[in-house]
Amino acid sequence: MLDDRLEGAPRKKALVEVRGLKMYFPIHTGLLRRKTGDIKAVDDVTFDIVEGETLGLVGESGCGKSTCGRAVLRLYEVTDGSVRVDGHEIAHLGPNTLRRMRPTMQMVFQDPQASLNPRMTLASIIGEPLREHTRLTKPEQLERVYELMDQVGLNRDFANRYPHEFSGGQRQRIGIARALALNPKFIVCDEPIAALDVSIQAQVVNLLEELQDRLGLTYLFISHDLSMVRHIADRVAVMYLGKIVELASRDDLYGDPKHPYTRALLSAVPEPDPREESRIQRIVLQGDVPSPANPPTGCNFCTRCPDVMDICRKVDPEYREIAPGHFTACHLYCETTTMPAEPTAAKEAFEPIQQGE
Amino acid sequence: MPDGAAPILDVRDLKTVFHTRSGEVHAVNDVSFDLRPGELLGVVGESGSGKSVTMMSLIGLLPTPPADVRGGTVMFGGDDLLRIDANRLRAIRGARIGFVFQDPMTSLNPVYTVGFQIMEPLRKHMGLGKTAARNRAVELLELVGIPGARQRLSDYPHQFSGGMRQRVMIAIALACDPQVLIADEPTTALDVTIQAQILELVKDLRQKLGMAIVWITHDLGVIAGIADRVMVMYGGQVVEQAPVKELFRNAQHPYTRALLKTVPSVRGERAPKLNVIEGQPPILTAAPSACPFRFRCAHRFERCDRENPPRFDVGQGHDAACFWDPETNGARHA
Repeated sequence: MLDDRLEGAPRKKALVEVRGLKMYFPIHTGLLRRKTGDIKAVDDVTFDIVEGETLGLVGESGCGKSTCGRAVLRLYEVTDGSVRVDGHEIAHLGPNTLRRMRPTMQMVFQDPQASLNPRMTLASIIGEPLREHTRLTKPEQLERVYELMDQVGLNRDFANRYPHEFSGGQRQRIGIARALALNPKFIVCDEPIAALDVSIQAQVVNLLEELQDRLGLTYLFISHDLSMVRHIADRVAVMYLGKIVELASRDDLYGDPKHPYTRALLSAVPEPDPREESRIQRIVLQGDVPSPANPPTGCNFCTRCPDVMDICRKVDPEYREIAPGHFTACHLYCETTTMPAEPTAAKEAFEPIQQGE
Repeated sequence: MPDGAAPILDVRDLKTVFHTRSGEVHAVNDVSFDLRPGELLGVVGESGSGKSVTMMSLIGLLPTPPADVRGGTVMFGGDDLLRIDANRLRAIRGARIGFVFQDPMTSLNPVYTVGFQIMEPLRKHMGLGKTAARNRAVELLELVGIPGARQRLSDYPHQFSGGMRQRVMIAIALACDPQVLIADEPTTALDVTIQAQILELVKDLRQKLGMAIVWITHDLGVIAGIADRVMVMYGGQVVEQAPVKELFRNAQHPYTRALLKTVPSVRGERAPKLNVIEGQPPILTAAPSACPFRFRCAHRFERCDRENPPRFDVGQGHDAACFWDPETNGARHA
């Protein structure tokens, strides 16, 4: 069933295949710290990333997009589901085999200040993956470090400087050079531009695009900046409260959003033009995102949805393809909106989910 | 926005310097602007452009030292805020000039209830009794759209969500019916859907209360939606100032023009390549003797290296601090 969900996806080979990924964090309460529930940070997420493309993953803070990116790289022990990167199943690999997979998949972090060791020079930061994963000699390593610095537009003279001597944009370039060191195929960019100024954001985004063209990289680009994602991504997935509510090609998603949440999210983005701005029909959502520890019964979005129906409060909508390559999880697009579409899905919402099966 | 009305706040040649271990940092250099009654002035700029420091200096919120407000005048209701004594300034700050800061979690005190924090200015500035202050606090929370206002007065800040906390901050700022509200990146820490709620709220409050607002942000989209007039800051200076529609249609300064082009949109045509402003913002270790934008500017003249351009009036209430004239693509002369 999982596979026919993805029938309309682009025909090219998928580099990353994520199936039913779940990442739950246990909640412990009381004197004995008994496990009393789960925070369902990522709850049954399925998507593919085709070789050479950029998949944008957007959503508001707390929706699980960063957790999803980290779980895909196995920076967490995933609760359930399957992640295949370059044909290898990595979701439940042991540490040694996983380590051998690490060079294929890398990450660029949000905060270049926090993700660079302040006591290491630029050359040792960028060279660290080489020391860990390759048998290059010292001079060979340095040569590679220089090459990487050239690629990301850092002056070679800076090799012996420390991170604090650089501006935010330059620090992000250091983080990108480190991620590129082992010739990865797949890079998760977790909000790589969120901490940067507008004029610097464009520089970093252009660099990422240029590197993608040159090195054939595949990106999972996580961001809350919908306009930047529109610029960089080929396809876009929208997350809400741990689930993907809509996934489509960039033009379909921005031109013809289907899910009420996607519509509201897009309409909420301010337009940098006063004439256009006054013409926008805003859908202002009421209330706040519910807690992922206690999501509502039925559709996660039912508490804020402007188009909510009775069924939405009872049955969790199935994530399905409504047009070629356009997936959404919403009862508005189910043929059988009057009846529980899939009784098992509804039952799941009430039953505690067993872990580690 | 009433044109030609006497400004409620008139800032001239404000200069602020920070003393640091590695020397002086000239954060604000001869900033002049005015704010008219009922108007919303947007202040745009990147981090380090001096937009927040300008606003903090003019109401004496910067710790001195390291900060040193070196010169200028800030006229508000017949007083120069830089020269009046601390007690009178205190009576103005928080009462006639209100503030909303970026991060509602760090600007609310976590160990006091929200009710206490809203009632504090009411009791201190307006001399209200306990019951009167409590009733007014409920009114204020209702005004900013917090449901169950009376019950929520006894809640602590951590019991509110980010958007709700920002509403509380706005309620506190509005407590004493200020004539001027200074909002420093009030929606930056919020998600877009929550930001949309707060922007709607501010538009609504302006209609109801009619105070003048200074809205600091780096988001041109937010500015386009709510501002009447915009001031663009760069390197501690005002580089351009114009009514909002005029600025977006007819930007004069190369920095503003470039900034408008770097921002992608979620609507309309999608540009294949992002425009980039090459280089880095300036480090302000000395008082400016040349244009702060010259190293990143595509229209640099030799004169830009020698002189800091004054703000040229280009009509329509629009001025730009640049020697380059986009209409003629030539030099501008004073």
